[in-house]
Amino acid sequence: MDRLYQRGEVMDPRLNIIDKRFENVQRIIAVSGGKGGIGKSLTASTLALILTKQGFRTGLLDLDFCGPSDHVILGIEGVFPEEDKGIIPPEVLGVRFMSITYFAGYNPVPLRGGEVSNAIIEMLAITRWNELDFLIIDMPPGTGDPALDIIRLIKRVEFLVVTTQSRVALAVAKKELQVLKELGVPVAGVLENMRRKEHSTVKEELSSCKVPFLGSILFDDNLEDALGDPRELLKTDFAAKLERIVKADLIQ
Amino acid sequence: MHEWALAESIVFTVNEEADKERLKDITMVKVKVGELQQIDLDIFKFALENVLPLSSIPLDMNRIDIEIDESTLKCKVCRNEWNFREAAGKLPEEESEAIHFIPEVAHIYIRCPRCGSPDFEIAKGRGVWIDYIKGER
Repeated sequence: MDRLYQRGEVMDPRLNIIDKRFENVQRIIAVSGGKGGIGKSLTASTLALILTKQGFRTGLLDLDFCGPSDHVILGIEGVFPEEDKGIIPPEVLGVRFMSITYFAGYNPVPLRGGEVSNAIIEMLAITRWNELDFLIIDMPPGTGDPALDIIRLIKRVEFLVVTTQSRVALAVAKKELQVLKELGVPVAGVLENMRRKEHSTVKEELSSCKVPFLGSILFDDNLEDALGDPRELLKTDFAAKLERIVKADLIQ
Repeated sequence: MHEWALAESIVFTVNEEADKERLKDITMVKVKVGELQQIDLDIFKFALENVLPLSSIPLDMNRIDIEIDESTLKCKVCRNEWNFREAAGKLPEEESEAIHFIPEVAHIYIRCPRCGSPDFEIAKGRGVWIDYIKGER
């Protein structure tokens, strides 16, 4: 006689579907940086545009729920995801884009820590990316709940860490790299942004972290004027330098 | 949460559990859904009918029991308690729909009815979980 079985432990079924959502995504790159204001969202958004320009099927996921900005950088307005057995991110300028702003509008999103985690789980569970070569995730600042959730929930994520030569940003970047190393998370590399001095010591300072240094991008005085216009954004010095870095060190 | 995503989640979870425990038959699955998820049961059942063929273990719709978990919202400022049903009636459809997809955005659209604060805790009635799976080895 077959034995009866009952599994009594409470299970969250949403977690099981998240793996399925990323089955057809080749590479998942989380653009991160311990500190805000270093050009992380700009890097993520521009990177997505560059990859699309190179012919890759690219998605962009803005997980900075408390301060989403990718839609501002890319000038995305008036679009909303389709429903088809889940949520299909709209394609804007060739990039499939998902953001909390579709559900929050222009309102601030006052979430506490655990709520951010749950919101991330919901978004990952309901979003159907379909086939992508790259999914770029714009991470919120820091190594708190969201970063740990992404590492836990997305098995193949690799991190691209953005920093500046500011001592403050650099110190925080080192801490983040240490956390990623301890967790065994692959790091695609470190990118120095907003360089002002002729000679920067960022590469030397981070050499002990033993991660690839992807390159250095000068502060671009004309960048602000290009925000909100992706075609202009791709013409900036920032985008040109980032594209060279992408071609040389990121696309494999 | 989206009804189709929920249906897929449940079927995948049951299959994973059946594989792990080497079950031959599933006799009952108890699913609880938080009220804030605003799952439309008719849409969910339709989705489930379409997803069940993906199951590698025989799974009967009548053996999946869905229960809605009623909500409790607690204000962190004045300690008032209320529920989503009271708040939902005043929400425009698009805001209610946003909460359906990402329940946490309730903090954007709902305020404590006593003091007006957005700083409240969703103490009960969010999320989706499987209470138990019964089967035979």
